[in-house]
Amino acid sequence: MADREAVEQEERTSLAEELGVRIYIMGKEYRVPAGLTIMKAMEYAGYKFIRGAGCRAGFCGACGTVYRKEGEYKLRFAVACQKLVEDGMFLVQLPFAPAPRVSYDLEKLRPTENVLLKLYPELARCVACNTCTKACPQEIPVMDYIQAALRGDIKRVAELSFDCIQCGLCSMRCPADIKHYHVAQLARRLYGRYLAPKAEHLAQRVAEIEAGRFDEELDRLTRMGKEELSKLYEARQIEEGVGV
Amino acid sequence: MITSGYPDSMRELIALVEATRPERLKTSPPRMSAKEREEILREWHPDYKAGTKRPLSIGPSKGELVPHEVADLLEAYPLISPEEVDLSQIDYDVDVLIIGGGGAGTVAALWAYYEGIKPERILIATKLRWGDSNSIMAQGGIQAADRPEDSPAIHYLDIMGGGHYTNKPELVRALVTDGPMIIKWHESLGVMYDKNPDGSFVEKHGGGTSRMRMHSAKDYTGMEIMRALRDEARNIGIPVVEFAPAVELLMDDRGQVAGAILFNLETSQYLVVRAKATVLATGGFGRLHIQGFPTTNHYGATADGLVLAYRVGAKLRDMDAVQYHPTGVAYPEALVGQLVTEKVRGMGAMPVNRHGEAFVYPLEPRDVESAAFIRECYGRGNGVETPTGMRGVWLDSPMIEELHGPGTIKRELAAMWRMFNRFGIDMAKEPILVFPTLHYQNGGVEIDEHGWTGVPGLFAGGEVEGGVHGKNRLMGNSLLDYNVFGRRAGISAARHAKVAKLGKLSLEHIVAYSKMLAEAGINNDRKAPLLLPEYRGERALARSLKIRI
Repeated sequence: MADREAVEQEERTSLAEELGVRIYIMGKEYRVPAGLTIMKAMEYAGYKFIRGAGCRAGFCGACGTVYRKEGEYKLRFAVACQKLVEDGMFLVQLPFAPAPRVSYDLEKLRPTENVLLKLYPELARCVACNTCTKACPQEIPVMDYIQAALRGDIKRVAELSFDCIQCGLCSMRCPADIKHYHVAQLARRLYGRYLAPKAEHLAQRVAEIEAGRFDEELDRLTRMGKEELSKLYEARQIEEGVGV
Repeated sequence: MITSGYPDSMRELIALVEATRPERLKTSPPRMSAKEREEILREWHPDYKAGTKRPLSIGPSKGELVPHEVADLLEAYPLISPEEVDLSQIDYDVDVLIIGGGGAGTVAALWAYYEGIKPERILIATKLRWGDSNSIMAQGGIQAADRPEDSPAIHYLDIMGGGHYTNKPELVRALVTDGPMIIKWHESLGVMYDKNPDGSFVEKHGGGTSRMRMHSAKDYTGMEIMRALRDEARNIGIPVVEFAPAVELLMDDRGQVAGAILFNLETSQYLVVRAKATVLATGGFGRLHIQGFPTTNHYGATADGLVLAYRVGAKLRDMDAVQYHPTGVAYPEALVGQLVTEKVRGMGAMPVNRHGEAFVYPLEPRDVESAAFIRECYGRGNGVETPTGMRGVWLDSPMIEELHGPGTIKRELAAMWRMFNRFGIDMAKEPILVFPTLHYQNGGVEIDEHGWTGVPGLFAGGEVEGGVHGKNRLMGNSLLDYNVFGRRAGISAARHAKVAKLGKLSLEHIVAYSKMLAEAGINNDRKAPLLLPEYRGERALARSLKIRI
């Protein structure tokens, strides 16, 4: 009897060691192993995601998460698929941000100094508190691009915001109710459409294709069998370039 | 447990990589010959492993070999039965239904609109959020032969060789011919591709390319394209219903596909969509974890489209070939299987074994490169072992900084740098550990060059369709594929919708399919589509009760 109790005690101890991390999902305690991301830890605990999981690799912004750690006053931000659980983490996911965007016709807009402010007038309410920047799980200088937007510097907004995964955490924290990531999307498209120089070689190639310049060669290639094609393939000249 | 940076055992091995770096910067192993490529694939590529596939026992592609994981879904019973749904109550009555809200679906919607279908007569139905897809995760780039040194014909040859001449020629031709036009369309939508000061694109090599034609947007190429496409579709006002996967296609009494049954994941209600034309844009099968491999794919990549299409009589092709991306993360454990873009090798990083030796040409086609990594780890015992027992090879990323100057990685591979830095690894200074990961469904639903599946009313674009890449896709051709065939499927669907006349809606085809399954002796214990993979912990699942609440 005593042996069995000892074994059971040992099992309990090893389980407690294995599940060494306490996390609080919306306030409720779960014990999980160390070394898991927040997303995998929630699944370990028994959650099956419908919302709050997307690409699972840090690119889609579906799993924006806010948390505080025991004994800390500071609110922290992460994407659940790219952040390891830590002991004493109180967390909740914010899988949706109610931040309406403004529809526009890119062909009718021009990259003028006031275009961002015209579509998103609440930009002018920015008090430069930097809360947006602190909320960004991508560590983008959000406030800096909002300031650039106020100055009408579309190129700067586009460049600074480029790595944005559109999780919306910035806009959920903003005391001025700015929709940062929508402003940034607009700026990037204006930049790409109007300010970035056009690729002339591309326009030429499209014209050549439309004129049928490659048709005959492609006719011939599409009729070729494996033997003929493989001869051509093995004889290809590989263009010199980095990585080769 | 180490949760930041490399353990000492791995640091010691990194010293060997550093020691050989100066020499390796000067020279690279040669490309393999055709014979060497064939041999290494046969011996080391997972596709050639015995016992991993079986011939389909029923349906339009009966007898064709597919992975067990795929066969299990195709030889499975429907989730719903006709008695459960009332087809006389139509929730959405549209011209064009697009199933899937990733790249292909969004492109199809835009081109259906350009082709003259009113926005409110289009519906995108998607399982997760609009944009949650492999499209948004693509990092390295998109191919298009637009430089004077290049041509669609050279692109064609690269693709056919990379695919072992198994590709469908007319699809490859469409891909290479439309490529430059697609990039020009993106340019007009404001996609911020990497450009030189004169406006020309920065273009690089990918595995198996003979010309530099990889267009990129840092290493967020897929995200940049996807968010611009989605933004444009939002401007146009194309309706989207999220968290509503299709669980079955609808047909009519004339044998045409006529819409779908959607399932609201949050309320468990069904929705009936009647559509004159339907585009399947459901993506691939990474989350089936073929042969137990980890995957780069998004949460919803569960092959639903294959199941739906197969039940209405569409043929599949090249489903025996699975793409394993050579460079999935092998360390840290929390990131295992996630993608390290091929652009890292495109910019000069070299694969290196545990002794610090280069062992393979860095940019072979993906299947060959993956096979070489597997041989190095399991055939030659030259892999690096992690604390959890996983093996991998080094990818010597600091070479990029040597070749292009300090700061290049943080600037041009921002996503990769950020991902590793979050786990205490600075890939500008330390190499990263990689091993092949399940990446792409090479095959899929057979289509013609117009994106038609051969079943009246059903079109397909993107990863769900097959034939474009044959048995092996090259880097940068999936982003191109979803644009080219998403567009063609959208246009074809729009044209079809303008003339189509629908009969009475029916689910008889699933009754017939179930009968066929029963006659083949398949037990009614498997259901499909899968919709979402199961990742709940074993301990939690063991105590799960099915109580309705």
